[in-house]
Order: sequence, then structure tokens, then C-alpha cells
Amino acid sequence: MTAARRSIGVDLAGVPLATPVLIASGCGGTGKELLGLVELRRVGGIVSRTITAEPSGGSAPPRIVESAAGIVWDTGLQNPGVDAFVAGELPALAAASQTVFVSIGGATLEDYVRITGVLQGRDGVAAIEVHLSGPDRELDRPVLGAHADRVTEVVGAVARMSLVPVFAKLPGGTDVVSLAIAAARAGASGLTLCASPPALAIDRVGTRPALGAAVGWLSGPALKPLMLRAIAEVHRALPKMPLVASGGIRSGEDAVEAMLAGASAVQVGVATLVDPTAPVTIAKGIVSELQRRAIDSPAALRGAVTIGDRAPAPEEQRA
Amino acid sequence: MTRVRAEILSTRRLGSYQSLTLVAPEIAERARPGQFVAVAMPDDRAFLLRRHLTIHQSSRRGGWAGTLEFVVDPAAGPGTAWLSDVRAHGFLDVIGPLGTPFSYPKRLTNCLLIGEGRSVAGLYFLAQELVARGKRVDMVIGGSTLDAVFKPIEAKRLSQLVTVVTGDGTLGETGTVIDAVAPALDRAPIEVVYAAGNVALLSAVAEICRARTLPAQVAVEERMGCGYGLCGTCAVPVASKDGATWGHARACVDGPVFNPARVVWDRWPAAGAPAVMPEVGR
Repeated sequence: MTAARRSIGVDLAGVPLATPVLIASGCGGTGKELLGLVELRRVGGIVSRTITAEPSGGSAPPRIVESAAGIVWDTGLQNPGVDAFVAGELPALAAASQTVFVSIGGATLEDYVRITGVLQGRDGVAAIEVHLSGPDRELDRPVLGAHADRVTEVVGAVARMSLVPVFAKLPGGTDVVSLAIAAARAGASGLTLCASPPALAIDRVGTRPALGAAVGWLSGPALKPLMLRAIAEVHRALPKMPLVASGGIRSGEDAVEAMLAGASAVQVGVATLVDPTAPVTIAKGIVSELQRRAIDSPAALRGAVTIGDRAPAPEEQRA
Repeated sequence: MTRVRAEILSTRRLGSYQSLTLVAPEIAERARPGQFVAVAMPDDRAFLLRRHLTIHQSSRRGGWAGTLEFVVDPAAGPGTAWLSDVRAHGFLDVIGPLGTPFSYPKRLTNCLLIGEGRSVAGLYFLAQELVARGKRVDMVIGGSTLDAVFKPIEAKRLSQLVTVVTGDGTLGETGTVIDAVAPALDRAPIEVVYAAGNVALLSAVAEICRARTLPAQVAVEERMGCGYGLCGTCAVPVASKDGATWGHARACVDGPVFNPARVVWDRWPAAGAPAVMPEVGR
């Protein structure tokens, strides 16, 4: 009986989570859709869809195509804008879930500042997740968060203004460690790894891109190894930084692997679309693993698998 | 909306299609024409997403009470190919009924139902409910060839006047469903139009109904991620109520049935796409 009552609650950078399993941004609806499909009190929390300063109508359909063990998608961050979000969607999300992370996105530093200002001190916001995958309109770059200078600026501004913990969601490429260090120095409370990488699907019959937006993003189980490597690399460089794994997790085993690589919590995206109870099943899977290993807390799994003893560079040690 | 583990009662070939009947009373009792179910794929495959399939039949009464039938095109993709091969007495993970159903006209009585290929499957459920309410039903159905016309005999049984069209003339008239719509409207005092199919067909139906000021409802097919409103990928461009602006609605929860006069067809780039719908969609 004690085993069944084993708590898998975690403290994620000061945010208490009932379970270390969150529903990833863009996969939890607007607060109403999941009612009746899953008991949200048994889910650690929901990350909202990414909210922008102004309303976004989103990209043209089609917005989703399957690929092997994944989906290629682009919604164009369709959302009602931050003002309408706090008036309607945020209260619905907060009523549905104990813990709501608000994902925020922008194309300029001012966008992020404006959104953070609106969210500041707002009831129902447990944390902010900074989406950095959009284009950078000020510096005319395709992906704002791919450059450490802008990660520092944007995450720094949001972290200084926010009264709740701020998580930076970073791309998981070869330079993930330098981006992670930039976000950490700028004041991020935690990091979400990884943002979906850019991807293309082709409509062979139509001889054109399969998505209305042409280029999209890859999500789903295909990403798991990419995510694990990013978690492990960043955990080695920044062992104290809370990491949230996002990318390809669809089972308790997957979540445990992410924790062994260094994650404190996980996000479940595509798996929630396929099976709305996946976040609960995954949490149960974590409990089973804790029982099997006779340990009390998911924190004891964290970083048990290391990827070698490369000495961190001096600047990384300071971070 | 309920999630059930549903036993497959039977599965049978109908022309180019495979029709599956499930025991799913929790869904069948509440299902209405135009709604769909989301069927999970096996865990061990590279294709992940549920398949979103229009409800073809749902029996609340009689010997088949509690059963639900949907139709797949095995050639559409790996998921529907898998569904076409599942055996009777196996089980499927099904969520439904999903989406906004067709509504029935209160006053008007003469209805024309238009569909092409597998999309016709959902119209028979609608035709039955209309006939049960004392409405007159005409139909225009078609497909590329004889085998692709879904249940033409059922269409004759349920409706007064039926036009069957095939691309190659192997059944009924030679041509397209779109070509056959105006003649069908001229032949009978039609008051309400219902249609199901791809953007090319539905946008043409919308234009004909606009020109003739006929009320219409269309069931759209758009690729879906989840089917219950979580992901926002099944976008349909629709005008705001006052017509001043437009935005993207979700086919799964705001539709799949829309008033075609509110759909902004020229903002829907799939218009002009090939008639074969990709599988991830309804």
C-alpha cells in the first residue's frame, strides 16, 4: 500500500507539480477540451498554447502531416493574443488544471516584454515558458532562439519582469549547451529541451510542400534521441539547472530515460493528442520504475546516466 | 464524447472500401449524422495519429442496437490499410462521437444530399434521419469508377431521385459530381442542400447554393491531429459572424459541419487539390 501511495510530486524550480508530467504547449487545448477525456488533477500541469502579443490567425491549412514516428506541423501559433487569453482562456485552463505554464512567443523583444507585463501577477499563472522558435523581426533572423545573444536579451527581460519562474524552451541542436548557458545567465529558472526542429513534408502528387505554411516543425517519438542528447549535454554543463524534457515521450519508460539523462520533469505532446490519458499513464510508469528501483522520488533518477567526463569549460562552470 | 474499447462485430468489403461495424453503445446512442470517431492505431507502428472516420451508421434501436459503422478506403494510407485488415472480434480504441452534427430543417422538406467517394458514407445516416422526419431526400453521389461509388443501391432505397456519376462511365452518368449538382437542383423543388467531400466539391456546391440562395450545410475534410480540439491543426477559414473579418476555426470541434456561406473558400489552399483525400483527416 505504501508503494501505491508513493508520491511522485516534484518541485520544479519552485513550482510544485503533483506529478513530473506536463502536457506540452499546443497539445492541451484551451481548458475545456480535455474535460471528460482525462482527470487533469492527475496530470502535473498544462503548458498553454503559445500566446503572442497580438491575435494570430495562424497558418493556412493543411497544418499537419504524418511522418515516420512523428508529425510535421505548423499552426502559425494561432492564438487570441495575450489580452483575450487572460480574459477567457487562462481562467478556463486554471479551472481545469492545478498548474498552468503559459507559453509566450514573439518576434521582437518588445513583444515578450508586453506579454510578460500582462501576465505579471495574474492568478492562475504558475510559470512562464518562453517560446523562442519564431522569426526575429528586429535582427531579421529566421529563428530568434537560435542565437545566444537574443536568448540572453529576451529571457533576461522576461525573467526580470516575471513574478513566477521562467523556463526557456530551446532548440536542441549542436549548440544547445551555449544557448542553455545564455538562458541560465539571463535568469531562467529552468529549461525546456527541446523545441521542435524545423522540418519539411512534401506532397509528391501535388509537387509542392504538404503544409500550407510550406515549412513546419517535427514532433513525436522520432525526436526522443535528439531530446535525450540535449538533456544529457545540458545537465552535464549545468547540473543544478532544472530541465524539462520535451520531445518524443510517450511512455513511462521514455520519461524515465529522460530523467536518467538529467530531466526533472517531462512534457508530453503528440502522445496526448493520440491518447489523452497518456500523461497519467506515463506518471504511473514512473511510479513503477521507482518501485522497481526501491527509491522514493523521481529526483533520485536524475542524471544517473552520464555521457562521459568531459571537463566543463571554465565559463560553463560559472553559469 | 466517450472513449471505449470497442469489439469489431464485423468487417466487410464494399467495392473499393472496407466497412467496419463495432459494438460501441456508449457512442452509438449519442451519435448524430455528420459526426465522426477517432480510432487509435496500434502502438508498434511508425504511424501514430488516430484516424478520423465519419460515422456511417449508428443504431440505437432494433437488433443492431449499440453498433456503430464506419468506412475506410484501404488505399488512402497505412492506417486505413491496417484498419481494412483487422479481424472481427478484435478490439479498437475509439473516441466519439466527435464534432458538430448536421442539423435538420424544421420547415423545409425537400433535401438534396451530395457526396463523392468515401465521403458518401456519412450521408446515408443523414438521409435516414431526414426520411424519419418526413423529409424528401434526393441524392447525387459518385466516384472515379463503379467500385468507388459507395452503396448506390442504398441511395436508391433512401431517396426519391438519385443521380450516380462515375469518372469513367462504368456506373450511371459519365462526369463529375459537381457537374451533376445543377441538373439535380433543376429537376426537383430542392429547398436544402447537404454535402460531404473535399474542398473542390464543397466550394463548388457552396457557389451553386449561393447563386440560388439555397441554405446548405457541408461536412468538411481536413487533416486532424487529435480530433477533439487540443492541437488546432485542422484549420478551416471562416468569416466572422458580421462578415467583417475571418479566422481559422477547428474542423474537429467547430465543425466538421459548417454553413458553406461562412467558409472563406478562396483562403483554403486545398481548393483544386486532387480528389483523393489524404488519410489523416476525416
